[in-house]
Amino acid sequence: MAVIFFLILFPLAAALILLAVKNDTARGVVVIAASVVIGAASVLLAVQHYFSGDALYHIADEFINEIVEYAMTAIEVCLAVIVFALGIKHKKYLASALAAVQTPLMLWFERSTGRLIEVKNPLVVDNLTVIMTLIVGIVGTLICVYALGYMKDFQRHNHGAPDRRPWFFFLLFLFLAAMFGLVTSNNLVWMYFFWEITTLCSFFLIGFTKTPEAVNNSFRALIMNLLGGLGFALAIMVAGNWYQTLEISQLLAMAQQGIDMTVPVVLLSFAGIAKAAQMPFNSWLLGAMVAPTPTSALLHSSTMVKAGVFLIVKLSPLMGWNLGGFMVMMVGGITFLMASFAAVSQSNAKRVLAYSTVANLGLIVACAGVGTPAAAWAAVMLIIFHAVTKSLLFLCVGTAEHNIGSRDIEDMDGLFDRMPRLAALMTAGISAMFLAPFGMLVSKWAALQAVVVSGNLPLVLFVVFGSSVTLFYWGKWLGKMTAVMAGRENIQRQVHAEEWTALCALTALVVIACLTFPIYSDKIVVPYLMTAFPNAREGVALAVSSDNMWILVVMIALIILLPLMFFGKTKKKIVPIYMAGAGLGDDLSFTGAMQEKKEVSLRNWYMEGYFGEKKMNRIGVTAACVVLAITFSMLLGGML
Amino acid sequence: MNTTAIISVIAYVALAPAAGGLLAGFDRKISARMQGRVGPPLLQPFYDLFKLLEKEPVTVNRVQDFYVLCCLIFMIITGGFFFAGGSLLLVIFTLTTASVFMVVAAYSSNSPYAQIGASRELLQIMAYEPMVLITAIGFFIVYRSFNVADIIAHPAPAVHYLAGIFLGFVFILTIKFRKSPFDLSMSHHAHQELVKGLTTEFSGKTLAMIELSHWYENIFLLGFVFLFFANGTTQWTVIAVLACLLAYFLEIFIDNSYARMKWQIAVNSSWIVALTAGGVNLLVLYFAIFGFGLGV
Amino acid sequence: MSYVTKSPWIIHYDGSSCNGCDIEVLACLTPMYDVERFGVINTGNPKHADIFLVTGSVNAQNISVVKQIYEQMPRPKVVVAVGICAASAGIFKECYNIIGGVDKAIPVDVYVPGCAARPEAIIDGVVKGLSVLEEKRKSLKEELAAETVKAGMDFKAEGEEREGA
Repeated sequence: MAVIFFLILFPLAAALILLAVKNDTARGVVVIAASVVIGAASVLLAVQHYFSGDALYHIADEFINEIVEYAMTAIEVCLAVIVFALGIKHKKYLASALAAVQTPLMLWFERSTGRLIEVKNPLVVDNLTVIMTLIVGIVGTLICVYALGYMKDFQRHNHGAPDRRPWFFFLLFLFLAAMFGLVTSNNLVWMYFFWEITTLCSFFLIGFTKTPEAVNNSFRALIMNLLGGLGFALAIMVAGNWYQTLEISQLLAMAQQGIDMTVPVVLLSFAGIAKAAQMPFNSWLLGAMVAPTPTSALLHSSTMVKAGVFLIVKLSPLMGWNLGGFMVMMVGGITFLMASFAAVSQSNAKRVLAYSTVANLGLIVACAGVGTPAAAWAAVMLIIFHAVTKSLLFLCVGTAEHNIGSRDIEDMDGLFDRMPRLAALMTAGISAMFLAPFGMLVSKWAALQAVVVSGNLPLVLFVVFGSSVTLFYWGKWLGKMTAVMAGRENIQRQVHAEEWTALCALTALVVIACLTFPIYSDKIVVPYLMTAFPNAREGVALAVSSDNMWILVVMIALIILLPLMFFGKTKKKIVPIYMAGAGLGDDLSFTGAMQEKKEVSLRNWYMEGYFGEKKMNRIGVTAACVVLAITFSMLLGGML
Repeated sequence: MNTTAIISVIAYVALAPAAGGLLAGFDRKISARMQGRVGPPLLQPFYDLFKLLEKEPVTVNRVQDFYVLCCLIFMIITGGFFFAGGSLLLVIFTLTTASVFMVVAAYSSNSPYAQIGASRELLQIMAYEPMVLITAIGFFIVYRSFNVADIIAHPAPAVHYLAGIFLGFVFILTIKFRKSPFDLSMSHHAHQELVKGLTTEFSGKTLAMIELSHWYENIFLLGFVFLFFANGTTQWTVIAVLACLLAYFLEIFIDNSYARMKWQIAVNSSWIVALTAGGVNLLVLYFAIFGFGLGV
Repeated sequence: MSYVTKSPWIIHYDGSSCNGCDIEVLACLTPMYDVERFGVINTGNPKHADIFLVTGSVNAQNISVVKQIYEQMPRPKVVVAVGICAASAGIFKECYNIIGGVDKAIPVDVYVPGCAARPEAIIDGVVKGLSVLEEKRKSLKEELAAETVKAGMDFKAEGEEREGA
């Protein structure tokens, strides 16, 4: 338990130090040292847990309990006041209203019913927690290290602007602390507290640049997440008033005894859906792309949005063919399909990544909604692979942007000549997102099978069509980047050392995650499923058999070895490309009809007519709203 | 892995080029006859292949050959998994990887013709992929397994349950065999707006590798057709082989009776077929299993 | 006989022809003449082609194009000039923009006479080209073999140098 407290308090301390540090070198030292310590501590937690097994933690000292409760309440009230004031200041009254409703509601509950309920075990460490802790502790800190280099460039590009980097790093580390708290909470009130802190970190980081667009988008994110938070608060009240408990483990145990848990499950899933930027709430994540890239990588792809799916996966044993399961499956499925479609029409790399993130979260959510151990396996594997791969891709795009001056995929042609190492890392990331032997595809395979077994035909079709389109948008990006163009200057040397460290480490993580997945599937994920799912005590029938897993590992080894052996090695004579006989010999230009020199310019395919962003969002949001409306009206109908 | 699996994989790796080449030879001969011509010798595809090996080795960049080599290797692996009785999903995903390698090879040249061919190839993959996945899902719902070995060992031939899916699969075979009206990314016929599309910048041995991987792919695809009919008995094996030949003949016939269509029609029609033929078939299967408790 | 003579793939380029010869070239592909009997395919892509079929003469604007297409064909390759214009510019010889026959731009192996050249003559020209193709293949093979040997020697010499050092 000491490690848990350390993981929550140490990043907090680091955050406070970083708020005070104004000097570049000192900040670098603090960030790197803190990252190493946090990473080590999260590994320590995993190792400890591996030897001791699942545990609920009980805080014996009443005094500490009291202090924690009071501190949390005090902070909550302060935050609510801040949000309220900011909402008034920026004329975003909805945000103020939500804060004004939510916090008093929670306070009233805690003062009345809440204090009568004894929470025995406020903290929990199980294998799912360990996985999340490792993601936050390793991927998260790597992103912080990357941010050191990135923010130097960021400051240089925005010269004249006041240096607000202390604030930025304060928020990053505060967020890490909140994430550790969130994933280890068993007490719903505690989890809610950390949940709201991550929301606020996200709010401040999106609005970091203070441009009107950023402020606008930050409030959109805030309002949507507060809406989800309202769902969370209601769920807490329902749990407290109806079931006399505030512990997730208790709720899960009661459900296994046959007590109906529909209302809290639906409300908590609703909170998760908002946090995980599922439709109809996906627009906040797209808007969040105005934030500096490390923010996007850390909060909006690999960790914070995973908090939403983390909660839903936790509740997965209670889902399936019931109201909660229906809502989660359909919202996830619709989001996966429509977000994948919308990604096709995007040329801004960060927006492609954002839509792909929303889509993959949708798939995770849908799998969790299926509510079988095999589906949950797919969901957990997707969380792992997506976290490492997507953060790598975000950071690659960030580095590319600072060096080629654009985050547009169209401007990335010939990246292999301009920034060979970065292009290689990016290629690894993109391939890992959709090609055969890599992890994401393995999880997709398991997801597909689990969904088919569930018998939900619409969901089957969503996944089938969504995956086909996924291939299209990654394929064309990959193609654009691998195009070999003559006469491009190598500009790679300007990249900061911190960025290289983080990028290479993340790539190594992707490779390791892909190569060793049969092992941790067997040692960590399957044992979790066996304890979490009452009908899987004897074992889990996995979609991907262990034979197939090892076949995939061999294939990955092959796909890594082949380039080492053959890539770029040719004895053949290199000749110019075909340009209808009118090429000028440099592969870049040809003689036009009026005998003048014309540059060749090749553009990708965005299929606006089919997959236009606005249209896809309209359809997806409408459909998801219909699902939510059906769910809630049935819920109300059932209660009345 | 048992002996039969090992033998079939070895047979596939060794014989598929011969069978694929012969099939291509028949294709050209039959096409010629349909057009009232005599046509080339039956072994013409082999002459072409060996001729390509004799040509001067040139390339447009240092990496293209690598991608094409990977494409060939993964195409062989795809068929290998299939004939070893492996999982259909693994087979489909590996096939996709092979195709993406070819697309990347074309993109890497940065040639206008090859790049447009490559993006059209991606479009075609997007068009046929849903139907291919639905096919695998159909097999899974009927037999509770994605494994080719389990499917083929079952006494009930799949076509009884998957008639709609079979039709849908034959429909997208037109794209996979690169036949008109859907030979958007590259065509075996001369004179088109894209020169040779995807393969414009490949020459000599590289082009030979592409040709060879097509042969491997075609045989593997016919294996898919075979799977709809096979149940291990001689009678159905004969029927299955006949069905493969008939399907291939049908594709040749379509090839010769249609001009190329626009890409919109390729996407729309493949997706509509996947939704109707495939989706309805799945719906019926689900009803049969969940509604009436039927099953194989 | 080698395979190159059994599978001659063709690229056809129209210089400044009056289209008479082009129609006859295409006629060769029709059921009446069916050159695919000899394995001939009209590829339209120099990188795939073995035989360069040029109709019409070379003019100021297209001479670079003819040269480039020829250069982009991998060896062994053969040029067949179809029709009198391709041989000597024919009736267009005195035009302000005409440079002359195809041989003003690239080395021609076979000349097919006629205005327009008859399909039989064109097929005959291509078949004549095949024997040239075969010879060129042999010399290419020797050249490549010599290069490989030379590369091997260089490699060995380098190794010895390294050892010596």
